[in-house]
Amino acid sequence: MTLSLFFFYLFAIVLVGAAVMVVSSRSPVHSVLFLILAFFNAAGLFMLAGAEFLALMLIIVYVGAVAVLFLFVVMMLDVDFAELRQGFLQYAPIGLVVGIILALELIMVAVGFVVTPEVASASAVAIDPTLSNTEALGRVLYTRYVFLFEGAGLVLLVAMIGAIVLTLRHKPGIRRQDVGAQVARTPAMSVENVKVKSGQGL
Amino acid sequence: MSELLSAYLPVVIFIALAGVIGLALLVAPFLIAIKRPDPEKVSAYECGFEAFDDARMKFDVRFYLVAILFIIFDLEVAFLFPWAASFREVGWFGFWSMMVFLGILTIGFVYEWRKGALEWD
Repeated sequence: MTLSLFFFYLFAIVLVGAAVMVVSSRSPVHSVLFLILAFFNAAGLFMLAGAEFLALMLIIVYVGAVAVLFLFVVMMLDVDFAELRQGFLQYAPIGLVVGIILALELIMVAVGFVVTPEVASASAVAIDPTLSNTEALGRVLYTRYVFLFEGAGLVLLVAMIGAIVLTLRHKPGIRRQDVGAQVARTPAMSVENVKVKSGQGL
Repeated sequence: MSELLSAYLPVVIFIALAGVIGLALLVAPFLIAIKRPDPEKVSAYECGFEAFDDARMKFDVRFYLVAILFIIFDLEVAFLFPWAASFREVGWFGFWSMMVFLGILTIGFVYEWRKGALEWD
């Protein structure tokens, strides 16, 4: 018990520290690297809670794919930091006001937060401790929550089409390999026998 | 500690070991390597030329397209794992719900293939 408590505090402290570094580090590339560290520690917390499928998905999807996407975005931006810092003082008052309002709201939520007594019994699906996390998810995801599942598929479809529409620009005048046309080509189509009259050339 | 967590103890040991080795290799050169820097030695080396450009150049947006298409199919595969684990329990309804899901994403796959998003240029 104490060992898992030790790991909980380890993951939680590193997670909070990494999250602070994400917003406070100067280079956006460093921010993304700290974000990856935060994802790893969040995966550790999921693992401690017994949600091993979610923990490993967090590593595969977020660390393996989303963080790479963020890195590409950061590298594409080509941010001029000297120019960004010039506007800092100009926008600081507005940012300060928004920050204070947001902080007040968060404090109000944290202070006024009460757990309804009925919430534990109103759990959507009864938890079966004999099942593994992956199996427990699979038993409800494809039958009980089928509309949400198909909705996720549609969201992915929209993301795919949106990315293609927004970023796909083909250069004009590029000749691509067409395997079908290459294979269908016969000697009769490409070789021509020409009788050249002497002295005239072609 | 529960059975699930103790099953992951070897992973923790591996990560700790990797961290110790990585940190040792990072720190050791600072302590024991001989350092005699001069401007020529520490300058960027680019096949004998002076460095042409800053290494931190802008990336082509096409890398982003490849990455986002990868993520979408990565997520599609992620949805297949719980389905496979509980295949006996979800029955024909679960089978067909997954087939509809795969069908929706196949529409996108056919679209990207026809648009030539899988070609580089």
